[in-house]
Amino acid sequence: MARSADVIHVKGLRKEYGTARGTVLALDGIDFTVGEGEFVAIVGPSGCGKSTLLKILAGLLPATRGEVNLRSVPITGPRRDIGVVFQSPVLFPWRTVLDNVLLPVDVQRLGREDNRSRALGLLALVGLSGFEHRYPWELSGGMQQRVAITRGLIHNPAMLLMDEPFGALDAMTRESLNLELQRIWLECRETVVFITHSIAEAVFLADRVLIMTPRPGQIVEEVAVAIPRPRSLDLLAAPEFGGIVRRIRAHFSSKGIEA
Amino acid sequence: MNGVRNASLRVLLLIASLAVWEGAVRALRVPAFILPPPSQVGAALYRGSVSGIYLQHLWITLAETLLGFLLGSVVAFVVGTAIAASPRTEYFLYPYIVMFQSMPKVALAPLVVVWFGLGLTSKVVSAALISFFPLLVNTIAGLRSADEDRVDLMRSLAASELQIFRMLRLPSALPFIMAGLEVAMVFSLVGAIVAEFVGAEAGLGMLIQSRNFSMDVAGEFAILFILAVLGLLLNAALVSVRRRVLFWDPSQKAALNSASLRGGP
Repeated sequence: MARSADVIHVKGLRKEYGTARGTVLALDGIDFTVGEGEFVAIVGPSGCGKSTLLKILAGLLPATRGEVNLRSVPITGPRRDIGVVFQSPVLFPWRTVLDNVLLPVDVQRLGREDNRSRALGLLALVGLSGFEHRYPWELSGGMQQRVAITRGLIHNPAMLLMDEPFGALDAMTRESLNLELQRIWLECRETVVFITHSIAEAVFLADRVLIMTPRPGQIVEEVAVAIPRPRSLDLLAAPEFGGIVRRIRAHFSSKGIEA
Repeated sequence: MNGVRNASLRVLLLIASLAVWEGAVRALRVPAFILPPPSQVGAALYRGSVSGIYLQHLWITLAETLLGFLLGSVVAFVVGTAIAASPRTEYFLYPYIVMFQSMPKVALAPLVVVWFGLGLTSKVVSAALISFFPLLVNTIAGLRSADEDRVDLMRSLAASELQIFRMLRLPSALPFIMAGLEVAMVFSLVGAIVAEFVGAEAGLGMLIQSRNFSMDVAGEFAILFILAVLGLLLNAALVSVRRRVLFWDPSQKAALNSASLRGGP
């Protein structure tokens, strides 16, 4: 990886929660970098602290120790150059699809008129042309999540954080959205940190997979996925793919974790 | 269910119950100052409508109700917003609110009339006092109902608290606020009528009382009928506003069915 072009630097990150029964160590010794235009997946079982990590990256939670830099500027709170896609689409039902996509533009006063055509272009890219003036509740779950991805990209952020964005969808919709996401990413080459508990999803999408184990949340290994794109769903049955998946799963099964 | 058949059954039932009322009152020779037959009520309704006396008093009661509703709602919304926005405000205002809430507000009407006189002002204040609470409570609950994920999304975009309020908390509160407004409207009418009972120069409440003193019970029934229609129309106006504003709210269908069955004080 071209380390000189790193966008995200995480160094010695630690997060403790104070609870009634003392402090809980959620994350410890997290170190990683993400290069410009790189797609990095973080995979781990539920409760391994990956959502906590994402909230720290998004500036929604403060770290206890360590530092997170985005384009060499420490993340100390919410920033305008970060896009987030959550597990649920989190759309506003009183806004049309187009207005939902333009929410970051409205919040950050980037100019509706200047960004309208960009929003329409992105909606076309995710296959939602003609749905601009519909309302979220008129769309299927998969379409809603594509609106959320478009919203995450509209303000041209330095990084896109995705927190199990397809976790709530059925398996078939999930596979087709993985294909969609790959296509979108090949178009825009955004820097992506993608959090998931599905090993196959992580390997299918990412350039690099960071493996996270719980108590405390740590990154135990990173695995490069040197499979050329575009990757097809047939890849899921290929031996090279299975080899990487097995290698990742070994980390969890050795700790007695189902993943 | 056959819609047309049910509608005609409804009308038939109404006619039948009026006929039973008329027949029973005549057969049992109930004096008209106890229970007048519907024919007399209809006659009173007609006479007053032709003479214009109802309309003249209706405008006054309507103005009192709407102004009281407006005043009570604006104050309730502002106070509710202040309380929802800051736990500190809630801490200091809470004791007064609890005390005020547990008191029957109609009991304040005589005092309000002493303070604000026999004219319009006392009726507006009385209507505002009574209609204040439903909206206050709903505004607080509504502003606090915003989905946490949506708040996180707004925060992640570096939105200011004011933006979060305007773009998220306020729209999220609208279903609660609209429900509060509907109750407030009914309560306003009650507040205006009660204050008119206590002391007034005009208005349908005053007219009811003066007819009561002269034992014109048929005339009273006529006014009660007008008040019921007025209440229905005011509610229908708010329902149509709500349908327009809350077109996106999935609970609208359920709310439509329950709203018409909500009672007043």
